[in-house]
Amino acid sequence: MELTLHKVGKVVGAETWLRDIDLALQPGAVTVLLGVTQAGKTSLMRAMAGLDTPTSGCVKVDGRDVTGVPVRERNVSMVYQQFINYPSLKVFDNIASPLKLRGDKDIERRVKALAERLHIGAFLQRYPAELSGGQQQRVALARALAKGAPLMLLDEPLVNLDYKLREGLRDELSQLFAAGDSTVVYATTEPAEALLLGGYTAVMEKGEVLQYGPTAEVFHAPRSLRVARAFSDPPMNLLAGDAEHAHLRLPGDLRLPLPPALAGLQGPVTLGIRAAALRTVARPDDIALAGTVELSEISGSDTYVHIRTATGDLVAQFTGVRHHALGDRLTVFLHPDHVYLFDAAGVLLQAPERSPVH
Amino acid sequence: MARIDLDLAHAYRPDPQQDSDYALLPLKMSFRDGGAYALLGPSGCGKTTMLNIISGLVTPSQGTVKFDGRDMTHATPQQRNIAQVFQFPVIYDTMTVAENLAFPLRNRKVPAAQIKERVGRIAEMLDLSGHLDQRAANLAADAKQKISLGRGLVRPDVSAVLFDEPLTVIDPHLKWQLRRKLKQIHQELKLTLVYVTHDQVEALTFAEEVVVMTRGRAVQVGSAEALFERPQHTFVGHFIGSPGMNFLQVEAGERSLRVGGQSLPLPDGLRLPAGALTLGIRPEYLDLVAPGAEGSVTARIDRVQDIGTYLLIGVDIAGQPARLRLPMDRTPPRVGDAVGLRVLGEHTCFYLNEELVE
Repeated sequence: MELTLHKVGKVVGAETWLRDIDLALQPGAVTVLLGVTQAGKTSLMRAMAGLDTPTSGCVKVDGRDVTGVPVRERNVSMVYQQFINYPSLKVFDNIASPLKLRGDKDIERRVKALAERLHIGAFLQRYPAELSGGQQQRVALARALAKGAPLMLLDEPLVNLDYKLREGLRDELSQLFAAGDSTVVYATTEPAEALLLGGYTAVMEKGEVLQYGPTAEVFHAPRSLRVARAFSDPPMNLLAGDAEHAHLRLPGDLRLPLPPALAGLQGPVTLGIRAAALRTVARPDDIALAGTVELSEISGSDTYVHIRTATGDLVAQFTGVRHHALGDRLTVFLHPDHVYLFDAAGVLLQAPERSPVH
Repeated sequence: MARIDLDLAHAYRPDPQQDSDYALLPLKMSFRDGGAYALLGPSGCGKTTMLNIISGLVTPSQGTVKFDGRDMTHATPQQRNIAQVFQFPVIYDTMTVAENLAFPLRNRKVPAAQIKERVGRIAEMLDLSGHLDQRAANLAADAKQKISLGRGLVRPDVSAVLFDEPLTVIDPHLKWQLRRKLKQIHQELKLTLVYVTHDQVEALTFAEEVVVMTRGRAVQVGSAEALFERPQHTFVGHFIGSPGMNFLQVEAGERSLRVGGQSLPLPDGLRLPAGALTLGIRPEYLDLVAPGAEGSVTARIDRVQDIGTYLLIGVDIAGQPARLRLPMDRTPPRVGDAVGLRVLGEHTCFYLNEELVE
């Protein structure tokens, strides 16, 4: 289905929850709504579903204006943060309910196949209350998937689960979305989750959609500082500098050559460095940033080292487990081609090049 | 401060018959005086039970708890001289920050001059010095939790300080700063700290030694590095890291290893028990080479994901799935490509019945 929003706004009392949102969802794909709590993700989903009527603008489905058409007259399925199931129905009947309502055939086979896929096949004859939180949420997800609605909205569906469970389920979901033809909208606060889901991402902040496009493209070429800040975990390292004579001057007596296309640039700019662009072994043409370790955080697969340098505070991401004690001296290296540049208004001037993925 | 020795088991039902009747299976474990430990595992793994047994809130159904060699199995938390910090702030709203911090000392009739000195020191470590005379009621949730942390740390003579997921209420952007504080405080105060969490970043960052638990068992006690490089149990390989370790079913012969119908010569010096084994290799260490390259197995590319800071590649090795991480500067392979994979290297681990083959 094609869902488009035209200048959608939502004002509640003195507060603006949504501001002039224009968005055409990629049909049949997953769109991630990425933003911090209160960015407007849930309000936007409620407007898409017909649970709320926007204060201004219109919502169109396949070209037809559906603004104000209530949710029960639309074919939408929704999954919330909190696990919602029918407590008096067994797991099988919970998943089968949308199929029975429609009078579908072949219900047993389809319910079993979905339950297997989500690893709840063994619990079909139990009641939801007899399951763990993670299992209950999988029942809710299975029911939404069984409905096979052309529009499926998921509001931070994995947020209340253990991270390892989240990892497995996210993987299953992204493959189920890819195999189905529903248009899926998935809200999350986590940049890493958006990247793992792939598809398309709309970056939201303060009720606005700042940028919409293929997820990896938005990540690699954020249109503005606001997008770069919102779509980076750990946060992008941002340093204030001055451009002059084809160079960028930064605190701590650091000079960086500007790329040829920006050689004429003058005045204040912001330099952005992704944590993963910093490394401990120098390569040709690298610049060095020396500092002391403030903390080394270990995620399991990566080590995030917080470093205080004369140029500014930095976070570097290294693969694997690395040991750096508080107060250790550490020099990190950076290739001048691997930086982002934003002008004084926060508009992207340059992003690092990369190989496209097929 | 004390060294803590556990030699016990705990079942919530009388007369336990099988493994699943135990909240904690029989175990022997020691916590070094002045050490920083984390108990890490999914919900239901027994980590909170272990914490409650150390604190004295739960008496183990069999065995002993010793503090510096003295039997404390039936001692109350007061007698054990334990300080505790919980998930949510526990503070006196009507008192000032200073009075809150001083409370545990005043209760124990510590001289006023000593209280003042200690409260001042703890407040400074936690950046609370500016708020000492402020009433605690009006502070934000994370400031309140800092007071709870401070109260847990204020007594210099405690046997141990126990933390139960203390950063749950802290804003994600502030978490790293508090993790840093806790680490600094441990370095300065040399208290015995035991920290319960299901968050691997928290556990691996905070602790010198992490106790990884599953289903009532402590499957490994080790540094972050040991858990990453040499998981003693397949659960550790799976749980630590995101994605976790790849596991492949293999068949060891005298001089060769069979992986999905393909045969690899075993390197000199590598001796394995003959027969079926599980090979474990982390996505970070699985090396992608040309198909047919010497010492490699042939696989097919199933999935290529741009995760922003690296490429996550899904492969199929004769029906067995695995994943690997490629740096962004490598040319991404295409789905369907035949590739070679080096599965034998210095980081490869082998498992027999889930346990590491040493």
